[in-house]
Amino acid sequence: MYRYDEFDHGFVTSRVAQFRDQVERRLSGELTEDQFKPLRLMNGVYLQLHAYMLRIAVPYGTLSSRQLRMLGHIGRTYDRGYGHFTTRQNLQFNWPALKDIPAILDDLASVEMHALQTSGNCIRNVTTDHFAGAAADEIADPRPYAEILRQWSSIHPEFSYLPRKFKIAVTGAPKDRAAIQVHDIGLELKRGPDGGIGFAVYVGGGQGRTPMIAHKVRDYLPEEDLLAYVEAIMRVYNLHGRRDNKYKARIKILVHETGAEEITRQIEAEFVEVKKTELLRLPDEEIQRITAYFAAPDLAPKPARSGAFEAAKADSAAFAAFAENNVTPHKAPGYGVVTVSLKPIGGIPGDATDVQMEVVADLADAYSQSEIRVSHEQNLVLPHVALDDVPALYAKLAEHGLATGNAGLVTDIIACPGLDYCALANARSINIAQDLSNRFGAPERQKDIGELKIKISGCINACGHHHVGHIGLLGVDRRGEEVYQITLGGSGDETASVGALVGPGFTGDQVVDAVETVVDTYLKLRQGPDETFLSAVRRLGQQPFKEALYGAA
Amino acid sequence: MSAPIQKSAAKTKAATQVVTANRLDDGVVVYLDARDGWTERLGEAAIIETPEALAAAVAAGKAAEAARVVVESYPIDVARGPEGLAPLRLREVIRAAGPTVRADLLRPTGA
Repeated sequence: MYRYDEFDHGFVTSRVAQFRDQVERRLSGELTEDQFKPLRLMNGVYLQLHAYMLRIAVPYGTLSSRQLRMLGHIGRTYDRGYGHFTTRQNLQFNWPALKDIPAILDDLASVEMHALQTSGNCIRNVTTDHFAGAAADEIADPRPYAEILRQWSSIHPEFSYLPRKFKIAVTGAPKDRAAIQVHDIGLELKRGPDGGIGFAVYVGGGQGRTPMIAHKVRDYLPEEDLLAYVEAIMRVYNLHGRRDNKYKARIKILVHETGAEEITRQIEAEFVEVKKTELLRLPDEEIQRITAYFAAPDLAPKPARSGAFEAAKADSAAFAAFAENNVTPHKAPGYGVVTVSLKPIGGIPGDATDVQMEVVADLADAYSQSEIRVSHEQNLVLPHVALDDVPALYAKLAEHGLATGNAGLVTDIIACPGLDYCALANARSINIAQDLSNRFGAPERQKDIGELKIKISGCINACGHHHVGHIGLLGVDRRGEEVYQITLGGSGDETASVGALVGPGFTGDQVVDAVETVVDTYLKLRQGPDETFLSAVRRLGQQPFKEALYGAA
Repeated sequence: MSAPIQKSAAKTKAATQVVTANRLDDGVVVYLDARDGWTERLGEAAIIETPEALAAAVAAGKAAEAARVVVESYPIDVARGPEGLAPLRLREVIRAAGPTVRADLLRPTGA
């Protein structure tokens, strides 16, 4: 893992001191709320329905056991004993008192964490594949490049007041688990013609009220040009992005209004100018220095097949389901990448108690080289687990409600906090996720349905990623009543697509039945168990689902 | 199924209102009471039924913001029911009682 150097420590410590002073000035009346609000937002502090909310950055979704243990401590000491992992691989605490936040930031700084650039019109936390550095299908670990981008973008003077917030995602594998095509910039690591490492570059993706799939502006960018090219993109956006209308201020609108061909020309022209200075050429020795922080752990050699793992699968259907769904092939033989589901049946997606955080931290120490990942699908991941150890790990997870074997299945639902917490929401999300989870929770039924990603947002801002849900639900307020629109066929993977609205919405009392109708229609019409829900929707189109939901026209 | 909850009404101008805000130092939801103080219980809020009383309550909210007691004060529509005051909008129902998905965090709203 990356470790702070002297500059990082000094920078974060000074920012905590600065914010402590700002909080004191706010509480003493020296600052009005209008003056203080932009300052607190720069430090990840929002005011939500019930209390302040603190959004903590988890850079590229990587945590050490020490850091996760500290998050548990903060949850217990300053909050209400739990935190919420988000679709941006971050953690939110829902109940901190403003007067306590400087102390929380001190605690975070002590484990090399902070809440900077988790809000505001700046470059946000760079996200990546939650299996980074472990996945068998990986071309290269994306985290060193995400770290380089983090260092470059932190309080970058030119890009701290952009037209709107800006999100970058990096994937190191052709299987896109980071949803790069729905980010402002998406980077896909790939091998170049000369065998070197570089990137395919996508620009102008995003969700929110105007969902768009990104355009590929470069098929191959050598790694040494990463910062120069991203800087060129940022300059074009900063110069031409709209500032007159916040709903049209994201780069996706600029790309759409300018045209992909013209925006590519502008970026390439700016890139030529940036390159002339040589200032942003990434030296190979610096790439190697950062990459060394993310060196693969020294895993003891193991046979590819584990007798203990296979025996446990034979003994227990629940463990077999866990092994099938939550254990992903590791690049090292005899090891697996284990997803710790934060989606217990009927539970709140993404929530973890202080005790659960500490348990996962302890298990990471025992079984996963002290490393944890946060996925944008609101689960935790133990990236380096010997298959021999999975049965024991599973047993300990089960003691704490963390062994649900549903990763990627119908109950592995993404849900934003919705109207239960969020000041922007129009409808609740979590309760619908819980109802759906209970409806589909039977293991045999989940297995029969297979891979199916349901994603729920409580407003058009789409924090629940509903646009890229195989089934997406968008909560709206219809004359004082919560109503849920259903979209079908969205996907955030390498075949990215925006889901299409299937028809009029359903009330909260109706929507679970409606989703069940959609799922049953799929089961009836699929060509076999190997045809996933998404494949079936793409083959069949919307019509059979419309007819099932609303009757034949 | 999820917890039953009162459906909110349209954004009508109800005859009965109260003023709400979040407390500055900890963000907790509070309501203006009859003594221009702030209470965590909706049932203890000052009930506003005339335009003059509304103007006075809104002014009291702004004064409390200036005095660093609360932030973001505003009036909300409420109705009197058998169990006391109830907000008309779902958003305010949830602010008054807590997240509907955390029974352990629900808070009393009555007087």
